[in-house]
Amino acid sequence: MSIENKQSARRLLKEYAYSLGMIDKGYANRTLYIDLSGNTILEKPVTQEMKDKFTGGKGFGLKYLWDAVTPATKWNDPENEIVIANGPLCGITQYPGSGKSLVVTISPLTNMPVDSNVGGYFGPFLKFSGFDALELQGKADKDVIVFIDGNKGIVRIEEAPVDAADSHVLAEQLTEMFADSEEDKRNISVVSAGSAAEHAYIGLLNFSFYDVRRKAARLKQAGRGGIGTVFRDKKIKALVVKFVGVKGNLNHPADQGTVNRTGIKLHKEIHDLDDKQNRMRKIGTANIIEIMDEYDLLPTHNYKFGRHKDTYKINSYVFQDMVTQGMADGCWFGCSMSCAKAADNFLLKSGPYKGQKVVVDGPEYENAAALGSNIGVFDPQVVMELNFYCDTYALDTISFGTMTAFIMECYENGILNKERTGGLELNFGNAEAALELIHQISRGEGFGKIAGKGVRRMKEYFVKEYGADPAFLNDIGMEQKGLEFSEYMPKESLAQQGGYGLTNKGPQHDEAWLIFMDMVNNQIPTFEDKAEALHYFPMFRTWFGLNGLCKLPWNDITPAGNKYTSEPAKIPEHVQNYVDIFSAVTGKIIDKEELIRQSERVYNFQRLFNIRMGYGKRVHDKIPYRAMGPVTVEEYESRQERYDKQLQELLGYDPVGKSTEEKMKVMRAYREDQYEKLTDAVYKRRGWTPNGVPTLEKLKDLGMDLPEVVKVVENNL
Amino acid sequence: MKVLGKKPELCIQCHACESTCSNTWFKTDDAEKSCIRIKSSKEDAAKAEITVCTQCGECIDICPVQALTRDKSGVVRIDKKNCVGCFMCVGFCPELAMFMHEDYIEPFKCVACGQCAKNCPTDAIFIVQE
Repeated sequence: MSIENKQSARRLLKEYAYSLGMIDKGYANRTLYIDLSGNTILEKPVTQEMKDKFTGGKGFGLKYLWDAVTPATKWNDPENEIVIANGPLCGITQYPGSGKSLVVTISPLTNMPVDSNVGGYFGPFLKFSGFDALELQGKADKDVIVFIDGNKGIVRIEEAPVDAADSHVLAEQLTEMFADSEEDKRNISVVSAGSAAEHAYIGLLNFSFYDVRRKAARLKQAGRGGIGTVFRDKKIKALVVKFVGVKGNLNHPADQGTVNRTGIKLHKEIHDLDDKQNRMRKIGTANIIEIMDEYDLLPTHNYKFGRHKDTYKINSYVFQDMVTQGMADGCWFGCSMSCAKAADNFLLKSGPYKGQKVVVDGPEYENAAALGSNIGVFDPQVVMELNFYCDTYALDTISFGTMTAFIMECYENGILNKERTGGLELNFGNAEAALELIHQISRGEGFGKIAGKGVRRMKEYFVKEYGADPAFLNDIGMEQKGLEFSEYMPKESLAQQGGYGLTNKGPQHDEAWLIFMDMVNNQIPTFEDKAEALHYFPMFRTWFGLNGLCKLPWNDITPAGNKYTSEPAKIPEHVQNYVDIFSAVTGKIIDKEELIRQSERVYNFQRLFNIRMGYGKRVHDKIPYRAMGPVTVEEYESRQERYDKQLQELLGYDPVGKSTEEKMKVMRAYREDQYEKLTDAVYKRRGWTPNGVPTLEKLKDLGMDLPEVVKVVENNL
Repeated sequence: MKVLGKKPELCIQCHACESTCSNTWFKTDDAEKSCIRIKSSKEDAAKAEITVCTQCGECIDICPVQALTRDKSGVVRIDKKNCVGCFMCVGFCPELAMFMHEDYIEPFKCVACGQCAKNCPTDAIFIVQE
């Protein structure tokens, strides 16, 4: 059936008309609620209290999610919600990185809230259509789509009009279906998952934006925590929003001139300095592949090593030649950082789309590390193909890579074998097996069915079914709280161990990336210094998610004189930019201290949300030893000189004549103790008890002593 | 290609061009709303610097919505209907000749209309047809 015929055959389940509103100083002051079980559609007002306490974005998402669930709610219960929220700065077109959506849900991987920050046009269009957030609750009987027409003021729930399951097809077909013309396609954004999200727990959501030069629907990913899995469990095929008429003043900021001038200042900075600094406009985040390798930080073979002799085969210049240059690759208007790179006419060599030429959105650094070095694959073609299939099948590239690396180490240790994997020889570097694994996951077949559940559940399964040693699996399984680690080797940086471990959603580097500050530049030598960094940076970075912003334009470009400032790691001029644009958009004048307090309110709320769900305490902040030090003799000996020196200098322990096993034991006791000491210092700095529970004093100080929150604290002291 | 040529050495910094331009396009006498800008050189105040679009077209590839195009006579033009007001073109202009004024939500630039050249007393600016 042609797209046109399918359009006329669309079956309406519910239509809701709303009056168009006016955005006032960054807020639509209204959210949209949809219950798919009963096809109920409602509008909710945004109160001043909500804005004061939760700011927006992830703050609004977590507040709605808290109200929707109980401590007993599981990810696949109907009351679980997916909330997509934008934030007060989202949709401004002048400052780079201002089009993000924040998505929260109860995660199938962690059983508690997860949040993911994603580009594409959906978040801004949702706001221009009149809503600061969209709540999706309940479960549909059969596959549906939700369509929001932001110009006519109509929300429709329809039976899914297309059969396609995978995102690259869905986004194209739905964009075509809902646009009146080629010119109109830029006004459509589609949110979709893919076939793997129906089987795996690491399902993601793709948010589209129409690329007017490539004439293709491009995809950005809300990758972490299995949100796509929840989406398909609710039988949502896609969300479509249409908004015609984007202009630079739709947020009706209090002071448009300041927003414009601040944006232009950063555009100039990027124009003048990006080529000399990170080359974000040429290759995006992948610029750091070889730098990570150089500093021994590139996860290799399931985080055993930090570099590999073949990294040059997948370095940033190789990918730079594969992605099309000179395109305006922003995932929202006004992003002159333009890191959303893509390879055009990429020929697929495997899977259901074999032989087709496609657009591959990527590679980002995380993809290159997860789908490359971490699984021992140094073939850029394969990295790109895995990248494509992860996206279209809706698999989180980070979780897929980290869990495949775990599988490969289990395979090489005899915990898995050909019989147990159904014939897949999952040694490090076996690209063909990795590709077959991803196709199996998408079909929910064979070993793919087990793998797609993630590292934590595989550990349980391998112990139960294959009698594997749980201690070894816990040491090498790079997950914490149920979420797979992202792609940095934290082993030699205590601060980064905290940056991964002492987080709300699990080990994702979006809270703190302190490796260079700690390990390379030695700027935070004491526990107190590290604790201060592990307070400031997670709070500062949380703020992006409250406002619908991207983190990258903060520190992937730095002003010319930055290194001469008192705190170069904070990029003081850019912090002031954020203070200025927040004040200019909302009319609420803040300073850099209030910025941190806005984050602290939501951060502590999220911590207590975790505790309310039965997690979020000290015991849950422990990390696998692979993240802290050498688990195996092979690992120790690969860095023997460094480790021997540390034993001598830090512990006064003479390594001469000692076996590697003896030295490893001493090293392990020391490093585990260091992590505990760091945890003590960080909790203290954050205003938490030694068990990791935010105190009532802290909540009162922040004005977050809401009755339901206080109750959680009192029950857990 | 049609472009506004310049000979800064002839410029006496009378600012008539700025006045003409802002009056032509924005019906006001305000140098901040002019597509041509005259300022004194930092080294020698007697020397003038003339900032105006050279129609090089680098901004065309920067625009995320293809609102910048080159017309038949080679002049780079802004389609205000499609412009989303991101001002990336302002930040990326190698001549610093794309401008923003906070009274407007789109940028503005010289389209080589030639009005300013007519009012220049020293022929320091002139229309060139290449």
